Formats: sequence, C-alpha cells, structure tokens
Amino acid sequence: MSKKPTTPEKDIPTTGHTWDGIQEYDNPMPRWWLWTFYATIVWGIGYTIAYPAWPLVKGATEGILGYSTRAEVQAEIDSFDAANEGMRQRLVEADLNQISTDPELASFAQNAGGAVFRTWCAQCHGSGAAGAKGYPNLLDDDWLWGGDMEAIHFTVTHGIRNEDDPDGEARYSEMPRFGTDELLETEEIEQVVNYVLSLSGEPQDASKVEAGKIVFEDNCAACHGEAAEGDREQGAPNLSDAIWLYGSSYADVMDSVSSARFGVMPNWNTRLSEAEIRAVSAYVHGLGGGEAAAE
Amino acid sequence: MWDYVKIVLFGLIALLAAIAANYARDLAYMVHALIIFAVAAGMFIWAVRTTWEEKPAPAVNAEGYMDGVVRYGVVATAFWGVVGFLVGTFIAFQLAFPQLNFHLLGDGIGNFGRLRPLHTSAVIFAFGGNALIATSFYIVQRTSAARLWGGNLAWFVFWGYNLFIVLAATGYLLGATQSKEYAEPEWYVDLWLTLVWVAYLFVFLGTIMTRKEKHIYVANWFFLSFIVTVALLHVVNNLSIPVSIFGSKSVQVFAGVQDAMTQWWYGHNAVGFFLTAGFLGMMYYFVPKQAERPVYSYKLSIIHFWALIFLYIWAGPHHLNYTALPDWASTLGMVFSIVLWMPSWGGMINGLMTLSGAWDKLRTDPIIRMMIVSIGFYGMSTFEGPMMSIRAVNSLSHYTDWTIGHVHSGALGWNGMITFGALYFLVPRLWNRAKLYSLPAVNWHFWLATIGIVLYASSMWVTGIMEGLMWREVDANGFLVNAFADTVSAKFPMYVVRALGGVLYLAGALIMAWNLWMTVRKGEARMPAPAAAVAAE
Repeated sequence: MSKKPTTPEKDIPTTGHTWDGIQEYDNPMPRWWLWTFYATIVWGIGYTIAYPAWPLVKGATEGILGYSTRAEVQAEIDSFDAANEGMRQRLVEADLNQISTDPELASFAQNAGGAVFRTWCAQCHGSGAAGAKGYPNLLDDDWLWGGDMEAIHFTVTHGIRNEDDPDGEARYSEMPRFGTDELLETEEIEQVVNYVLSLSGEPQDASKVEAGKIVFEDNCAACHGEAAEGDREQGAPNLSDAIWLYGSSYADVMDSVSSARFGVMPNWNTRLSEAEIRAVSAYVHGLGGGEAAAE
Repeated sequence: MWDYVKIVLFGLIALLAAIAANYARDLAYMVHALIIFAVAAGMFIWAVRTTWEEKPAPAVNAEGYMDGVVRYGVVATAFWGVVGFLVGTFIAFQLAFPQLNFHLLGDGIGNFGRLRPLHTSAVIFAFGGNALIATSFYIVQRTSAARLWGGNLAWFVFWGYNLFIVLAATGYLLGATQSKEYAEPEWYVDLWLTLVWVAYLFVFLGTIMTRKEKHIYVANWFFLSFIVTVALLHVVNNLSIPVSIFGSKSVQVFAGVQDAMTQWWYGHNAVGFFLTAGFLGMMYYFVPKQAERPVYSYKLSIIHFWALIFLYIWAGPHHLNYTALPDWASTLGMVFSIVLWMPSWGGMINGLMTLSGAWDKLRTDPIIRMMIVSIGFYGMSTFEGPMMSIRAVNSLSHYTDWTIGHVHSGALGWNGMITFGALYFLVPRLWNRAKLYSLPAVNWHFWLATIGIVLYASSMWVTGIMEGLMWREVDANGFLVNAFADTVSAKFPMYVVRALGGVLYLAGALIMAWNLWMTVRKGEARMPAPAAAVAAE
C-alpha cells in the first residue's frame, strides 16, 4: 500500500477532496502564467485585426495591413524580375554564339541556367550533370545531337522523341529492334555485338569479330557510319569510344541491339521562357564539352 | 438466452466473413475477411463449448476493481511499443540507406512507403492507444472508487481495439490505405473502430456515473475529453464511400482544400486530444501518486483544462500555411496555436510543481525522474509547436525534418516517457509484487531513452533548418542555388545520427520489457491486499 501523501506545508490549504490518496492544493494560478496567457489573447485579437482572419458570410476580413501570402511571394518574384529584366532582354536578343563573349551576359546566363538546370534537368541528368544509365552525361564532349550552342538550344527547346512539341520539331530517330523483330539471326547479333565491343577494346569473343564486321557494314553502318563514329544528324551514337549510354557489358549491348533503345527528353518550349532556355543552354554548353559553332 | 445470442452472432459473422473473403476484390480485403473469419469462428467454437457446461462461480470478486483487462492492456502496451520502435528504427535506416528497401517480400511490402504508416500507427495507436485504454481503466476505477461499468464490455474494448490494430497494420503492408496521414485504415476498419470506441465511451462514462466519490478527478476530465473528441474527429475525417462492399478502396466525401482542412483538423487534434489530453490524464494520476504529493493547483487544472480543449480544436490550419488554404484560415490557426501555449504549459506547471517539497526524489527514484523529464519534453514541444505555427517560422520549417524532430521530441519524450513511468508504476501493483525486479535497469532505460531523444531531436533540428535554408537560398539575381538532391545528400550524416538515436531508444524499451517480465515472473509477492472498491472518505 502506498503511503498517504504528506503535506508538510500546513499553511497551504487543500481543496479537501481525496481520490485514491491524491489531494489537491488550492494554490492560486501562477501570476506570470496568467498574465502571459492574457497577453497572448490580447496579441491574438490585435493580430486578427491586422491580418486577414475572420470569416464572414462572403469572404473574410482582410486585415488593416492588407497582407496576403500570395501578394507577398508575387512581390518578391516581381522585384527579381524587374531587376533582371534588362539582362533577360539582352539574353533573348543576343546571337547565341556571342553570349560567351560578353562577360556580363555569360555570367548572368550561367547563374540563371544553373538554377533552371537544378530545378528541371537534375532529375534525369543528375544535379552535377554527370548523367546516369540512359541519361547522357553532359560534362563530356561526346554529343549525340551536337554540342554547339545552336544544337543544344534546339535540343532543349524541342526535346527528343516526344510527341508533345507544338512545333513538331522534336529530334527523332529510331533504331530497329534487330532481335525482337527478328531482323537478324541470334548468331548474327552475337557477332555484331562482339564486333562493336572490339572497337573500344571491351572484352569480346575474338572469333566472332570478323563476321560481326560484315553484319555491321550491312545493317548498322548506314546510321553509325563505316568507322562506327556515329552521326549527329540522326542522333546515332559514336560506338568507337569508351562512352556507353546504356552500359558496356556484353548483356547491355546485346539488349541494345536486340530490343533497341528509345530515350525521350521533354520539349521545354512550353514550360520555360526563351530566356530560360537560352540560359540553360549556355550553362550546359559551359559545363566542359561545349563546342564552337561550325564555320 | 445471451449465450444463444452469442452463438448465433459469432456464427453469422464467421459466415459473412467467409462469403466476403470469397468475393474479395483485392488482397488486403481478402486477408482481413479471413482474419475476421478466424476470430469469429474461434469465438463461435468457444461459445458452443461453454454454453452447456456448468458455470464455475465467478473467480474474481465482482465488487473489486476489474484489473484483468488493465493487465492485458499493460502487456499490449509494452509489446506494441517495442514493435513500433523497431519499425521506426528500421525506416530511419531506410532513409539513410535506401538499399534497405528490400524487394524480397514481394510487391512493395518492405518499402518505406508501407512501413512508415505501420510505424506511426504502431506507436500512436497501438502503443499509445493501449496505454491510454489501460491507464484510463485503472485510474477511473481508483479515482471513482467503482468497478468498471458494463461487465465484459471492457474486454470487448481491449480485444476489439487490438483487432483494429491488426487489421490496420496488415492493411498497410498489403497496400490498403486511404492516404490520410494518421487515418490510413480503410472504411470497414474505421467502422469497426467506431463501434469499439463507442463501447469505450460507455465503459468510461458508466464508471464515472456509478462513482462513489463526490467529485470527478481531473485526470478523468482529460480522459473523457479525449474519448469524446477522438470519436468526433474519427467519424468526420473518415467519411467516405466504399467503391465496393467487397473491396477495401473508398472515396472521400470531401475534396480538394476542404479535404485537406478536414484531414489536418483531424491530424492536429489527434495530437491535441490523443497525445496531449489523454496523456495529461495519465500525468495527473501517476505523478502525484509516485511523488506522494498533492497536485499543485486545483484552480490551474480547471482553467488550463477548459482553455486547452477549447483552443486546440481550432489550431489545425497551421499545418496548411502557404497552401491553397485561404489566408484567413491560416491566420486563425496560427493565432489559436499561440494562445494555446499557456494552457498547454498549465499542465507542465501542475506536473512539475507537484514535486515541490519532494525534489530529492529525483535523485533516488528513476521512475519519478522519467516522469519529470517527460513533463520537460512536454513543455518544450508545446513551446516549439506554437513557435513553428508562426507563418514566418513555418515558411522555413514546413516540409523539413524540423517537423519530424518536433513530433519526436513530443512523442518519444512526453508520450513515451510518461507511459514508461506509468508501466513501471502499474506492473508491481497489478501483479501484486513488492517492487520492480531491477531499479538499476530503470536507470539504464532512462539514460538510453534520454540520450536517444537528444540525438534524434538535435539531428533533425540540424537537417531541418539546413534543408529549409538550402531550399530557399537564392543568389543576388534571385536564382535558386541548390538542387533538391543536394539537400538530400547533405542530410545523410544526420540521418545516421537519427537512426542511432532510435537504436538507443529501442534498446531502452527492450530493457524495460525484460524488467517488467522479470518483475511478473520473479518479483517477490507483496502482502495480499484486497482490491476493494471503497470510497476514500
């Protein structure tokens, strides 16, 4: 059994009730507590007069400060827009190839483009632009569709293999599915895969390379070129280097030849402004692999 | 007569559940129908076997307190606590190391998305809910000097509530959810809980109405407000129309911002009435009992009780600051949250000041230490909450880990610690033991839990404020500086710290489970004392 509660402070009265041995002192509420409580109530009344608060039959009180969360964020956006308007205008009007020669404009485009990239592009290409399997690395100089400002700008604007571009200008090409559609015998696919692997010194079955070369010339060279160095007009990848968008293992390349790939990139002309597209193009161009305009 | 009704009832439920399982349109529904079939069939067989047997005379003194159901509740609380902390610790590691989202179990079962509601429901509803039901049954009997009203209805509440938990948990794993945070169970599970909850209300209210004490003790005001308000919240927020009577999917009756507001009216008051008012009821009994001191101020308890329950119900909109919710609603949510600060602290003052004149017990009694730290965390999170509801603060803290840290300093610190204290208080008394098996083990539990909470809360403050600042960081031209993935990778070290905090907290709970088990198994018996319901005066 628990002991009866002791009450050493005999001068503090209790309420006289006892429940299962529990008594209650009749202490007053702490003054600081009470006054702080009153203060929050007074503050609360004042705050609801100052800010939108009380619902009425139609709408609500707007508050004497005229505050609104939407107006607040709009004002912030507007102030940056106003400050950037001059630079934005210059960026839209500039010759794409001349942006990098104007230090002030180049710096603006880099910062603006970086923000666009981290918001819209990083999901696939990575926040450091190093890409991932199926999503090209934008830091190197191996370009599928071209790496000068004009080409990058076109790719960002219209995208790749999408049906959504209102201009119908999305970059488009489609590799045949040599295995799935039975365009080649399994043996021929094995031969050509070994040939392709041999081009960049990947491990390969040397006995099949010779036959694979013939298969390649008959079926692949039309797009990838006799020397397998690719063709940017068709987005056909260079197969002679060590860069592999979908992996360099035998199984990966088998899969590519048999089932083909169909990487899609959205068109950004319906979501970003021309200034933003130009800025992100300049940003990607400046990541390391950007090429000078063809003469 | 009642025996025959039972046989027919259980047989009918088993039959209907078997039919429902046969027509089930999804896996979760079928599994649930089979669980209900198994339970009802078992009850049917039991009813048939006992109906024509000669009844032994009731073993328990029908005039004494009904403590069997409280004992079951205490065991369930400790069990679900360990389960809930274990799942929580595991998903904390999943956030740090996503490779832990195993696919071995099949279609998504082991993924964070399914385990997360399993964790939140296990700790809030299974651990917290069983603790509230068990302690409220214990307290209302002692402070009313009356046996639980309604006979075996209290057993129905206990088993019915735990059936609800099993249905909810299996539903989450199998993908049945209505996607409302803390209200994930689907329509038929909600209906079942409603039935159980009404029975709970009847048992509690019936006991109070048959009390032999003149006044209703303050703990019971809090328990009653908790039971009544949770019933209201649960029914309104779960209003939905099933797609099929044989399927788990349902469609909410509210849409858009109305649905969001209803959800957070519910969600905030789940915190306010389940995790605050209900647990204050626990605090108001166990702290004065353990400290053997009178409650500090009766006046304070009245004023802060009414202020708390009046104000809490309006504070929900602060969960939706800067959303589609109109500004006026957001302002009111914030104002009510701040005015709520002092009423919340009233409970803290009354708890802490009850120890005045007995502060030396903090040195000698690890159980009272646990309760006092619990009240300390209560005070801290009820200050932090109003602060985070301020729009300017919320614009930084919203959607960040700061919210997670805030919730856990309240849940681990306040709800967890006061429950541990209550369990340590109850087990020797309920199993008639002279004392706990090991006080040093309580001390270990105390320190493991406290350090665990500190690691958890501080790591989440760091990541929360860091990611909030990173999200909003813009350069001189107003361009965003960080990608979302940058904020995720920056949080990694703190995610590991958080998970380690969880390991410590779980370790403490395991020590407690062992200690309570040993108290029941090996503790020396106390001199038998009849648990008679006699008014104290």
